[in-house]
Amino acid sequence: MSDLTQLTISQARARLRGKEITATEITEAYLAAIDRANPVLNAYVAVTGDKARDMAKASDARLVKGEGGSLEGIPLGIKDLFGTEGVHTQACSHVLDGFKPRYESTVTANLWADGAIMLGKLNMDEFAMGSSNETSYYGPVINPWRRSRLDTVVMPTTHQGDGGFVSAGGTKTARTLDNAQLVPGGSSGGSATAVSAFLCAGATATDTGGSIRQPAAFTGTVGIKPTYGRCSRWGIVAFASSLDQAGPIARDVRDAAILLKSMASVDAKDTTSVDRPVPDYEAAIGKPIKGMKVGIPKEYRVDGMPEEIEALWQKGIAWLKDAGAEIVDISLPHTKYALPAYYIVAPAEASSNLARYDGVRYGLRVPGKDIVDMYEKTRAAGFGREVKRRIMIGTYVLSAGYYDAYYLQAQKVRNLIKRDFENVFAAGVDVILTAATPSAAFGIADEDMAADPVKMYLNDIFTVTVNMAGLPGIAVPAGLDAKGLPLGLQLIGRPFDEETLFQTAAVIEQAAGTFQPQKWW
Amino acid sequence: MSVDLQTVKRVARLARIAVSEEDAERMTGELNAILGFVEQLNEVDVSGVEPMTSVTPMEMKKRQDVVTDGNKAADIVANAPATEENFFLVPKVVE
Repeated sequence: MSDLTQLTISQARARLRGKEITATEITEAYLAAIDRANPVLNAYVAVTGDKARDMAKASDARLVKGEGGSLEGIPLGIKDLFGTEGVHTQACSHVLDGFKPRYESTVTANLWADGAIMLGKLNMDEFAMGSSNETSYYGPVINPWRRSRLDTVVMPTTHQGDGGFVSAGGTKTARTLDNAQLVPGGSSGGSATAVSAFLCAGATATDTGGSIRQPAAFTGTVGIKPTYGRCSRWGIVAFASSLDQAGPIARDVRDAAILLKSMASVDAKDTTSVDRPVPDYEAAIGKPIKGMKVGIPKEYRVDGMPEEIEALWQKGIAWLKDAGAEIVDISLPHTKYALPAYYIVAPAEASSNLARYDGVRYGLRVPGKDIVDMYEKTRAAGFGREVKRRIMIGTYVLSAGYYDAYYLQAQKVRNLIKRDFENVFAAGVDVILTAATPSAAFGIADEDMAADPVKMYLNDIFTVTVNMAGLPGIAVPAGLDAKGLPLGLQLIGRPFDEETLFQTAAVIEQAAGTFQPQKWW
Repeated sequence: MSVDLQTVKRVARLARIAVSEEDAERMTGELNAILGFVEQLNEVDVSGVEPMTSVTPMEMKKRQDVVTDGNKAADIVANAPATEENFFLVPKVVE
């Protein structure tokens, strides 16, 4: 294979260890690809070429001695939400202008300790608030996937050289790409686009309501949000602390398993980091799922859901059944309340977390006539519309007289949502299968969604329940819709049972195959 | 429940975000759309249900009561927009 960017992490790992390629070669290949594609796709907000080359050189020195770590020489993209020492870290917000932390987040430190290479920082919705990557201060990310039309082309009769093929006409089908630009989903839109368009071997991402799984589904990539507490939140810019979790976006299930193994750890610096050893997730891939009980929740069939999504779900059920799983109908009765409860809990936590952006300690400062005026002007100029909207909602629901009606009610409903899952798992269900999103990727600047924030929020309807209950969830590509866009399925597991998710996702991947966009950029 | 223009301005003040008259009017509509959406939570029977305090059942970790970090004043002020001798500079607060 001539193009090193096409290698999966597991393939690159084998070639690096076998000394067939070097970390420097693969890093240069990615930097060249970023150079060509980024002006169009806008996946990276900062490219750290010098740092990448230095890290690659150090990796090569270790690889020569046969000392490489589990990700030695693998070039990765890092979501701008992760604190990276001395490197642009702004959560894609204007309010963090110029911020370069003096520390490294635990998750990225784990990756570098295992030998991974940083290519740069990836675009995202501002403070991870959004489902389309359009709220970024650095502008939207473009999905490498475009809608296409399936055409039947009549083949001319051709003769190809001596002893070559003779094609006697006939027809073949070809896809003609549409010009409309689509969103990659959000908030980890830069991560999803970079992985899907071969601008990094894998990427870090975070998920508060669906921000790993929805963009993964929109770009034909694999994304896993692990159980709350599995990855340390230390050094990651906080959005909603009781919901935020880091996880990887990767080209296939195995790569996601390799990345999560490195990202996850027990960390004394995060009091919600759970004290459990990190298993070898890769070992779960290929294990048979015979006899596994797969729950199909009836509440995940929503009004207005395209028939293609329902058909995809049925296909997923059939694949797992064929592999020997037992399919059971289940009910998660409080599902419909997860999204409204989320839009109280998440903004409430955000309003409190984002109080720190005051123009004093870091980032932007807009002068004012006194200190309060300075705060107000700085925050008015520094935060984008969606972020302000959520801070306002959060401030309102936490304000005197409204706390019980909104926040307390939402936290009670959250317990009911969690209980629904607990009941199902107690009844013997091992894993739950749903669609990952209610639609395929939509257009940039969609008018309906711009007019009504709630329409945008509905993107997370199938993913947000998982954050509310703190469970692990994986999105795995399962097919293309009639317009040639990728669609994903979601698997939800018991707390800390990511292994079952990898095991089951691998079965879906084997049946569905993997998907790559047709290159137009 | 819904908010009026005055409430939006009060909340913006609490959140320390300057809003123009036009911003406040637009936000009133947006916030009411969101509040209308979350209204459905009222139909859930939560009698006897405790509010969630931790999503994973775990005991709060406590660290040893010892100094583990420090002497980083220069790092702490490194990203501040205005500093002097490791102090953050702010507009005059006391006359």
